[in-house]
Amino acid sequence: MANPSAVCNGHLHHHHHQKQNNLLKSGISKKNGITKGMKKNGVSNGTLYKKTFIEHFEQAPMYVAVFTFVGFAVGTIFGYLRDFMRAWGLEKRNIAAEREQQKDFVPLYQDFENFYTRNLYLRIRDNWNRPICSVPGPQFDLMERVTDDYNWTFRFTGRTIKNVINMGSYNYLGFAETDVNALKTVTIELEKYGTGVCSTRQEMGTLDKHVELEKLVAKFLGVEDAMVFGMGFATNSMNIPALVGKGCLILSDELNHTSLVLGARLSGATIRIFKHNNMQSLEKLLRDAIIYGQPRTHRAWRKIIILVEGIYSMEGSIVRLPEIVSLKKKYKAYLYLDEAHSIGAVGATGRGVVEYFGMSPDDVDVLMGTFTKSFGAAGGYIAGRKGLVDFLRTHSHSAVYATSMCPAVAEQIIRAMKCLMGLDGTAQGLQRVRQLEKNTRYFRRKLHEMGFIIYGNDDSPVVPLLLYMPGKIGAFARRMLEKNIGVVVVGFPATPITESRARFCVSAAHTREMLDTVLNALDELGDFLHLKYSRYSKSSHPELYEESRLELED
Amino acid sequence: QEKEELIEEWQPEPLVPPVPKDHPALNYNIVSGPPTHIITVNGKECINFASFNFLGLLNNEKVKSAAQASLKKYGVGTCGPRGFYGTFDVHLELEERLAKFMRTEEAIIYSYGFATIASAIPAYSKRGDIVFVDEAACFAIQKGLQASRSNIKLFKHNDMADLERLLKEQETEDQKNPRKARVTRRFIVVEGLYMNTGDICPLPELIKLKYKYKVRIFLEESLSFGVLGEHGRGITEHFGINIDDIDLISANMENSLASIGGFCCGRSFIIDHQRLSGQGYCFSASLPPLLAAAAIEALNIMEDNPDIFQTLRAKCERIHRALQGISGLKVVGESFSPALHLQLEESCGSRENDVKLLKRVVDYCMNSGIALTQARYLEKEEKCLPPPSIRVVITVEQTEQELDKAASLLKEAAQSVLN
Repeated sequence: MANPSAVCNGHLHHHHHQKQNNLLKSGISKKNGITKGMKKNGVSNGTLYKKTFIEHFEQAPMYVAVFTFVGFAVGTIFGYLRDFMRAWGLEKRNIAAEREQQKDFVPLYQDFENFYTRNLYLRIRDNWNRPICSVPGPQFDLMERVTDDYNWTFRFTGRTIKNVINMGSYNYLGFAETDVNALKTVTIELEKYGTGVCSTRQEMGTLDKHVELEKLVAKFLGVEDAMVFGMGFATNSMNIPALVGKGCLILSDELNHTSLVLGARLSGATIRIFKHNNMQSLEKLLRDAIIYGQPRTHRAWRKIIILVEGIYSMEGSIVRLPEIVSLKKKYKAYLYLDEAHSIGAVGATGRGVVEYFGMSPDDVDVLMGTFTKSFGAAGGYIAGRKGLVDFLRTHSHSAVYATSMCPAVAEQIIRAMKCLMGLDGTAQGLQRVRQLEKNTRYFRRKLHEMGFIIYGNDDSPVVPLLLYMPGKIGAFARRMLEKNIGVVVVGFPATPITESRARFCVSAAHTREMLDTVLNALDELGDFLHLKYSRYSKSSHPELYEESRLELED
Repeated sequence: QEKEELIEEWQPEPLVPPVPKDHPALNYNIVSGPPTHIITVNGKECINFASFNFLGLLNNEKVKSAAQASLKKYGVGTCGPRGFYGTFDVHLELEERLAKFMRTEEAIIYSYGFATIASAIPAYSKRGDIVFVDEAACFAIQKGLQASRSNIKLFKHNDMADLERLLKEQETEDQKNPRKARVTRRFIVVEGLYMNTGDICPLPELIKLKYKYKVRIFLEESLSFGVLGEHGRGITEHFGINIDDIDLISANMENSLASIGGFCCGRSFIIDHQRLSGQGYCFSASLPPLLAAAAIEALNIMEDNPDIFQTLRAKCERIHRALQGISGLKVVGESFSPALHLQLEESCGSRENDVKLLKRVVDYCMNSGIALTQARYLEKEEKCLPPPSIRVVITVEQTEQELDKAASLLKEAAQSVLN
């Protein structure tokens, strides 16, 4: 039969054959000895997905990988050379040193641990921790920072670089604003309540504002009850241990965030990792777990929890929720969904991946999310059935030992949510969601056309652009800043060592002009730095794509 | 086949066990309005003896106006972690001010008090290292230790002899295996003013032990920052110790500074490491700028009025004296500690009944206009669970009459409930 991954005219047709599922799922074909790593969305049951699910994870040509390794090797050799010179006093030591009185204590850091930090990270350190001095909206002001000694120390010149286009802050719906009307209620509440709370939730820290906020969150998500916490990271690391303990099994995605990993480790349960977004891997682990039980005793597991995220922040991929829910129902596991990036950013009315896939929030056992990204505030929440939330009110580490959320911040979330739900009388909320969707589609399409390698789902506002070579990381970020655009670049250890990337966060507050400025700058820079690795640059004629936008058929 | 049968038969536990409706934590107090000196709890106005608002800065006008100015300029959230455009000039200013105030080289800010010490400890202490920690350490420290996967050795509360015994044992272990000893790091983690017992750690002896056995000290000063010492610099000023002798001081800004968040301060050699390896710092959004501006203003007030610390201490002494001699309840805590515990002199047998009895005392006081709370713990998770107690918090805003009223009300309550 025809090769399912036939490539015609540079476009990949999506064939859906229900019988030949395994062939489809491997998705990678060898043609002329070069692997084309275009992952396909072959699903075993076409009716699970109500709209097309297109994700891209193209692999770069072989020479790119070779040059990346060469780049790192050169960096490492120079690193050893510099360390050697520093140890022998041929070069100045610029880093802080241990106290004289404590020289004979066991050293606090091992030399090798810091090798990467000292020699590779330090060279391009000026691209991170850039201080800003305005609201992190679609444009912001950066403080100008120079270094006299090759990034060992920085000093501020006192000047600010004004109106830099912001492609780095998590401002998906544009709620990070200083408009006086928008912040009116927040100002009032700040005046009334002050800034601190000075007590924990269970002692004297539950304010009426928290109760109001929790009711609103529950209504927004369509669940019975919700509980809010002061910090998003801590929401994961303090509640997962309350839900699972020894004798339970946690199945966590390969690319889960540090807070989920920390929460899983602190709980004491056994952790097994499945490949990123790979349903066969997950199903195999589930079957093995139930059939073989716990490792040595072969007793049955007490419970099995699957930890996934809505949108993965480094890949831009969206979780395959319909398949996971059907797996979970079949094997009687529980699902914990971390919607840190996806709440507010996807879905027809901004309610996250659950709405995006047209599913009901009852399918997910524990809905967790943060307010930092789409709502322009701080904190996290957990929502679900009333029994679950009552349990967390009594047993969560945060409720007993950590301070509750600041009331002014709670008010910001309340007004943002009311705006999204349309309760403030305007259609602004829905407008923002639509604008974000439009901006995302436009941005991604244009980048594909230009020939860059972009990871992730077509609907996700997180856009990673692959750079690969370590030398280009620094060059890319610095030159973009010269063009007055602020970008975020990430390398090892947040990403695999060969896949350094620049990550753009599209916002509803970006206008078409801003996006065009950024796209033009990227075009120029892409040619200058030879970043356009993709072999599938699409032409800009959308009519040829009609067939791939059709609904999946049985 | 067989496998399918196994899958069919397996039944997991329910995700969460059902919680009984009369669990004390489900019937929590709801506060309407700000938790200031006069607090409205469950609809009733009371004098606040339960919020850790030691210096009364929660309702301070200057602090609020600084926060308002910051709100106008920066909005509410920072929309990013410190590494990705989440560093604001207010954060840098706050770090500088804290470092200057505590007279150390550098300070680092976290956006949540609990996460401060829970991220700081695992950044330095890894698997294979040894940590000596006091039994009465607070829960955040315990979680930090658990995340670090190091060997934990508990010593009895404030018992230096016990600690020395453990250190000697470790020394003999080291002599058996000197190669391993050369790479095993050792730490002592103590609190300045213990939250669970209200007393302070004997810092001068600890310093002596530090140099004798070559262990590093991490000091957690959440309750003592802004309380002890002539200028509020904490327990190092209280004992007159050179601050460089302590490797790391960690505190949260949620008590004296009436803001949210926490900080660590110390020498650059130590603090700089956390900027890349402190999990709560690198992987979490930064502190909202309005809270940072409020903290800076609060620091200004602390620096300008150094006599509030003396006033606070005098009030603590006063109520400590007044609460002595209540039949049935004993006072636990130092005389200058602003967070005391009142424990039952004789337990009724089970923890549950003790808790119920104390609840009746608290309810009596609340009905008469003094807001108190029981100290809450997670019973199953604590390593050394403290006995149930009532938490009494003293702030500078409370007047002498109010202190006396609280003391006499507690006496009455104890009489009627416990006799």
